[in-house]
Amino acid sequence: MPAIVKISNLSKSYRRDSIRIPVLENINLEVEAGDFLALMGPSGSGKTTLLNMIGGIDKPSAGDVFVGDVPIHRLSDAALATWRARHVGFVFQFYNLMPVLTAFENVELPLLLTRLSKTERRKHVELALSIVGLQDRINHYPRQLSGGQEQRVAIARALVTDPTLILADEPTGDLDKNSAEEVMTLLSQLNSQHGKTIIVVTHDPRAADKARSHRNLDKGELA
Amino acid sequence: MWVLRLILRNTGRHKLRTILTILGLAVATMSFVVIRTLISSWYASAEVIPPNRLVTRNAVSLVFGLPLAYEDKIKRVEGVESVGRGNWFGGLYNNDPKNFFANFAVGPEAYLDMYSEFVLPPEQRADYFNTKNGAVAGRRLADRFGWKIGDIIRLTGQIYPGDWEFVLKGIYKGSQQGVDENSFIFHWEYFDERIKQTFPEMGGEAGWFLVKISNPKQAAGIGAAIDDIFKNSPAQTLTETEKEFSLNFLAMMDSLIAGLTIMSYLIIGVILLVLVNTMAMSARERMSEYAVLKTLGFKTYHISGLIVGESLLLAGVGGVLGVLLTYPVLDGISRALQGFFSGFAMNSLTVILSAVFMVVVGILAAIFPVYRALRLSIVEGLRHVG
Repeated sequence: MPAIVKISNLSKSYRRDSIRIPVLENINLEVEAGDFLALMGPSGSGKTTLLNMIGGIDKPSAGDVFVGDVPIHRLSDAALATWRARHVGFVFQFYNLMPVLTAFENVELPLLLTRLSKTERRKHVELALSIVGLQDRINHYPRQLSGGQEQRVAIARALVTDPTLILADEPTGDLDKNSAEEVMTLLSQLNSQHGKTIIVVTHDPRAADKARSHRNLDKGELA
Repeated sequence: MWVLRLILRNTGRHKLRTILTILGLAVATMSFVVIRTLISSWYASAEVIPPNRLVTRNAVSLVFGLPLAYEDKIKRVEGVESVGRGNWFGGLYNNDPKNFFANFAVGPEAYLDMYSEFVLPPEQRADYFNTKNGAVAGRRLADRFGWKIGDIIRLTGQIYPGDWEFVLKGIYKGSQQGVDENSFIFHWEYFDERIKQTFPEMGGEAGWFLVKISNPKQAAGIGAAIDDIFKNSPAQTLTETEKEFSLNFLAMMDSLIAGLTIMSYLIIGVILLVLVNTMAMSARERMSEYAVLKTLGFKTYHISGLIVGESLLLAGVGGVLGVLLTYPVLDGISRALQGFFSGFAMNSLTVILSAVFMVVVGILAAIFPVYRALRLSIVEGLRHVG
């Protein structure tokens, strides 16, 4: 399979006052299309930072990040926003749903940036919610859902635009064991049945077991 | 459409905060409108005075009179159509200081004719001129004391002592909003006759002359020509348009009006602070949501639209509620002032001014939250706990 993500010589550091704090050092990574990769490592190892670079929500200090043929490290903020809307679905540890919107409306959000009609949007949203098994909860607000259900809505929001990549940052970090199992199974199904390329950041080995491939980060370096 | 829906839902998120903010804005707007209405009402009677009337008075002070002989000389000035005379009487109804209102002795017939904005039925006008001690009162004044045509009105003179009885022969209405309907006028001839009987040294003088001119554009020239005639006389004159005369009279309260004006603008500042505080709190709590929206691909104008829209919505609802609350408040004030102002009503300029201020306040209150939201990086925003 061709590589959908190509990272070469990527470094990232932050500045705190005059001190340079390195987070990632000389990272080289390729992720094949259709892969389900678990990025593992202890807290502070730079997993989330690396995921943010791949998703175009943070920029490297040095090095290249290609997703498909797009050098996203060179894109402007506005171009990155457009690119993210089309190509990346994000799943966060704390779900990050809009509390004032229903499950349906939360999933519909990314589609509002497309040219789809209202009817077409409805079809897409219902399909996404049925994939995550929440078709009977479309009118529920996040506060009316369990943590596991909220995360499934977040996954539906991530996949509703049929993105190239789904990036999940500690998707089970805030869930109990059973919900975590359900969420990881769901991601695994999206990968195996729908062919989605998924990169999951986790430090939970049980969650990582569902992935096809694994890479470890330690102190900013890939093992 | 979805932006509007999200704005509405966001506004309803902290109901108590939203209600308190709207109430705060409404009370502040109401105070602003009431103060502006007081200010505009103060000047309303002067605003409707036609520009073709001049007032000639003693250059030293209004307290000093002018010889009656001036009247014919003024009539002969080019551009002058007619001349009348008037004296401030200063009588109190039932000798009670609370019953203060403007009362004048005016004459001759031409004086009333010059007041085209006083609408008096012809039969009442004829009755008035046929009755030596007849009087005409404004509608609001008659309403205030419950006077009817034919009533005997007794005024106790404060400048010209004694009880003076008048028969109410006419009640005039203003031809438009703002025209003074609180005045009481009676015949100058009757006034002068009685004065001469009791205080001969005080008679035969006019407090001022009212001059009607044919071309308002020549007001300054005609005024100067009148004053020129009496330049070397013992009683020099000062001629100005009646509007200027009224405004000078009203200027005695300039400090109070200036204070009220400053207060009205301070209230706008208070409105701004209330809204800035609410919007800053709301935006701070939603930083992670703005970060999520950015992550999903929403642009800066979407985020700005949400914040500015919410700010404008709060300002708009508060402003409209404030203006609506103003009506009963103005009604109550009007009753309390017992018709002191001729045109005590909210004018369209005040409403427009309030609307403009609300839009400006809505936008200004959103500037800081928008700036923060746009400056915020996604990574920082996702870490943010509201």
